Amino acid sequence: MHFTLMLFESTEDFAARQNPEKQEEYRAGWSHYVHALRDSGVAVTGFGLHAPETAATVKRSDGTMHVQDGPFTETKEQLGGIFVIDVPDLDTALEWAARAPVNAVEVRQNLPAMK
Amino acid sequence: MNTYRVVEHTVRDSYGRIISFLSADWRNLDAVEDALADALVSALESWPKSGIPDKPEAWLLKVAKRRLIDRTRRDRISEKAFAALLAMSENVQHMDFASFPDERLKMLFLCTHPEIDPSMHTPLMLQTVLGIDASRIASAFVVKPSTMGQRLTRAKAKMRSDRLTFSMPDVEELPERLDAVLESVYAAYGSGWEDLGGVDPRRRGLVDEAIYLGRLLSAHMPDESEALGLLALMLHCEARQQARRDDAGSYVPLSEQDTSRWSSSLIAEAERCLHAAARANRIGRFQLMAAIQSVHAQRARTGRTEWQEIALLYEGLSRLSPTLGILVGRAAAVAEAYGPREGLTLLEAIPHAKIGSYQPYWALAAHVHRKLENFGEARTAYSLAIGLCEDRSVRRFLRQRAMEIEQSTRTRT
Repeated sequence: MHFTLMLFESTEDFAARQNPEKQEEYRAGWSHYVHALRDSGVAVTGFGLHAPETAATVKRSDGTMHVQDGPFTETKEQLGGIFVIDVPDLDTALEWAARAPVNAVEVRQNLPAMK
Repeated sequence: MNTYRVVEHTVRDSYGRIISFLSADWRNLDAVEDALADALVSALESWPKSGIPDKPEAWLLKVAKRRLIDRTRRDRISEKAFAALLAMSENVQHMDFASFPDERLKMLFLCTHPEIDPSMHTPLMLQTVLGIDASRIASAFVVKPSTMGQRLTRAKAKMRSDRLTFSMPDVEELPERLDAVLESVYAAYGSGWEDLGGVDPRRRGLVDEAIYLGRLLSAHMPDESEALGLLALMLHCEARQQARRDDAGSYVPLSEQDTSRWSSSLIAEAERCLHAAARANRIGRFQLMAAIQSVHAQRARTGRTEWQEIALLYEGLSRLSPTLGILVGRAAAVAEAYGPREGLTLLEAIPHAKIGSYQPYWALAAHVHRKLENFGEARTAYSLAIGLCEDRSVRRFLRQRAMEIEQSTRTRT
């Protein structure tokens, strides 16, 4: 079964990516996690996202499209990356989510691929 | 003690007894649980005002029973059941509460009935015997609360439809069934224990509940040496609770723990249980595991750890039950007693298919490779151990160890 792990990061997490003092630790946390995911054979695909302030959101209102800077919703924690994993059940997916180096992970089962 | 705590204690003590007692006659567990929940709510509302009744348990039982009768009357499920309930209600009026039977053991055995999915044994036990709610159980087992709720409901429906009996198993069945019960109690303890920082009060609670069940089993089955062995094991681990983290909140491995932070009274109690168990002269895996912890505990007196003794105990244990955890534990003890190379040999003998996401394996592999100065292998193993880790402070500890390798290899070149 394919599950998507949506990994949410705090403002401090995003800041650590740029901070020369914290960068190494930040990256190490992820690389160990990615290493474990790949090595155990559950990883299907995955990637990180640039910080939410680099986002542009397209929204339709009154029939016209508007482009605005920033993420779709302004929340304390923002999507920082996504992993798709192939595991037998939801419990296992939640176990992998619990190992992630972030404080919030949303886990959802994928719909079957479209033909 | 304030009223709330008295209520809590009564609930803790009575919950499983009342549930088990009512369920023996009235097989619909859900209905019994609902009725008792209602009774508890009324207790919480009225006791702080009117004072705690002389026989709180009787009070709860009476109210719960009244609810069951009301419900039956409403549902008109069956005339027969209604009559039975009325008769039961008569009984309660005249019951001598000093001899109120302790049915919790039967309940424990029922929850681990062979017809019930083994993965549900522990959750079912926690819910029906101790009254812990599904969301709390779910968080301890890393499952969604709604999923856990569904599974519990399904398991209870099965009990009802298959008419699984609320009785002690036959003598020949007993050892196997007792095993499942002990296993479940241990699993409850383990899932609480893993929350090292005690940051999650819900998990912390599980540890207390498991010890409570361990005491219950030992008190009622004093001839079952493995029940005592399990209790000794949990008490030994519990004795080190305060030493598992330093003042800054960082993880401290067993070998580096400050023994003055261990609880000597819990250790003494654990030792008493272990001695009592030994009298039966039937060694089992829980006694062996407790014996290993007992050797560790001696460090508080002698200042050293007898690793050879521990390795020997693991040897026995791995013959009795070669689980992944025990095989890794044995390799660790052998590495300490006879050197990292011997430890590594044992690690490498464990089938590779099993260890992919088993964190303790990689943590130990990293440790022995580092000792052997196989820095490349150590680095890979540390990375996996960190990536598989759920606990922040353990992750930090391992990262520090991994960084020490980087530093030592840098200074060499």
